[in-house]
Amino acid sequence: MDWTLLIYKTLFLFLILLITLLVAMYSTYGERKVAAFMQDRRGPNRAGPFGLLQPLADGLKMFMKEEIIPLTANRYLFILGPSIAMTTALLTGVVIPWGATITIGGREFPMQIADLNIGILYVFAMVSIGVYGIMIGGWASNNKYALYGAIRAASQMISYELAMGMSIVALVLTTGSLSLHEIVEQQHGMHWNIFYQPLGFLIFLICAFAETNRAPFDLPECETELIGGYHTEYSSMKLGFYLFAEYINMFISSAVIATLYFGGYNMPFIDDIGLSANIVTILGTIFFFLKIFGFIFLFMWIRWTLPRFRYDQLMNLGWKGLIPLSIFNILATGIYYYFTELK
Amino acid sequence: MVFLFYMLSAIMIISALLIVFNRNPINNVIFLIVCFIAMAGHYILLNAQFLAVVHIIVYTGAIMVLFLFVIMLLNLNKAIIPHKSRATRILAVITGGIFFLVLLAATRQTIEIHPRYPFTSDIGLVKEVGQTLFHEFLLPFEMSSALFIAAMVGAIMFGKKDV
Repeated sequence: MDWTLLIYKTLFLFLILLITLLVAMYSTYGERKVAAFMQDRRGPNRAGPFGLLQPLADGLKMFMKEEIIPLTANRYLFILGPSIAMTTALLTGVVIPWGATITIGGREFPMQIADLNIGILYVFAMVSIGVYGIMIGGWASNNKYALYGAIRAASQMISYELAMGMSIVALVLTTGSLSLHEIVEQQHGMHWNIFYQPLGFLIFLICAFAETNRAPFDLPECETELIGGYHTEYSSMKLGFYLFAEYINMFISSAVIATLYFGGYNMPFIDDIGLSANIVTILGTIFFFLKIFGFIFLFMWIRWTLPRFRYDQLMNLGWKGLIPLSIFNILATGIYYYFTELK
Repeated sequence: MVFLFYMLSAIMIISALLIVFNRNPINNVIFLIVCFIAMAGHYILLNAQFLAVVHIIVYTGAIMVLFLFVIMLLNLNKAIIPHKSRATRILAVITGGIFFLVLLAATRQTIEIHPRYPFTSDIGLVKEVGQTLFHEFLLPFEMSSALFIAAMVGAIMFGKKDV
């Protein structure tokens, strides 16, 4: 067994875990700051300089709160719900290529935990298991609002998964690969997939909003109708897990969008500067994270700009708008490649 | 590898037994999901990553969600077990016993069958599955898709009050 690689992978795994949690933590701070900016307020500014310690204070508060499990709730499933939500959210980051390879002493260390040849589908599988966290938690609470939230979440996710999957089919037609690493490598030199699949990107983006339960599609936790939706009965760190899982999902889906459509760790003009390979890799990773932060900002921007959809509007958009559009996209892509080049 | 195989198998068998013996429908569904995930693990052990992931997406991610959905909507918290008369129970035991005998007789006389196609390690990868589906089995594949469309149209017909 190759011990160096094993140790490296383990360390890298923990590093990615830490970065994911850190980004998710500061996304909560970022969200409040963005909201404050949009609404002409100051946002959190008491804990630490510029309120930078606010996420720590929030986390501490979550841990210290009394933990309440309702008497009529199903105890095991009530605990299982947030655990599933958190686990599946963290598992998705495994296949994302965070950078190219770093060469140390003649050995190559890829900046990706696992380069599966079915990378995108793996992300889909994890997302589709993630629904159970919300469904089981909502049902186990034994509260009608939580149940409504759970049922909304399930039907919303199933509906939008279809359109998302079909926008990916069109992307796979252009790239000819399901491996995320290979898709990124193909986009080298400004051949970003957004230029080849603009419609697919739009569909994917809308579906990503719906899949992460972010506004304007946050119907499962719509406060005005359902109090808190599926996490109405949750308190303490279990509620924290649900909220945190949402931010992790946002981070990961931003990473997936950047990987699939915006060239991943590729950056423009990198071949012309003439830097050593390792520095290029590090720069690429930084650039990748900049792209991710850009998309996280987009998520927040839209949340504080657009009002929430009504439930029937959501279903109409999904089934009558996005799915026919994505089928058309597949058809157009297929016809184009049939007549120009047989890939 | 062998250890993983045994572990997955144990998870699968235990969860399958729990599906049968547990009375709460929600728990049944959850154990079925566990069973499916363990099965996906078996696919990965056979190097069939594509099959494993599609299995998870389709069965675990879509079909079981619908199962759970229906059970939640109907609020089947406790299974309603209708009372059966003694005669029905005795008949059920006899039928089950006979079926068990048939199974026993069938398994006693098994001979090892050599598969027509030898096992290749890349049989479950995307490329192989795609090549097989779209070359060798193109017609059945397209026919089954037509069948799916028919089923979908049928479901819509049932769902609508006046078409």
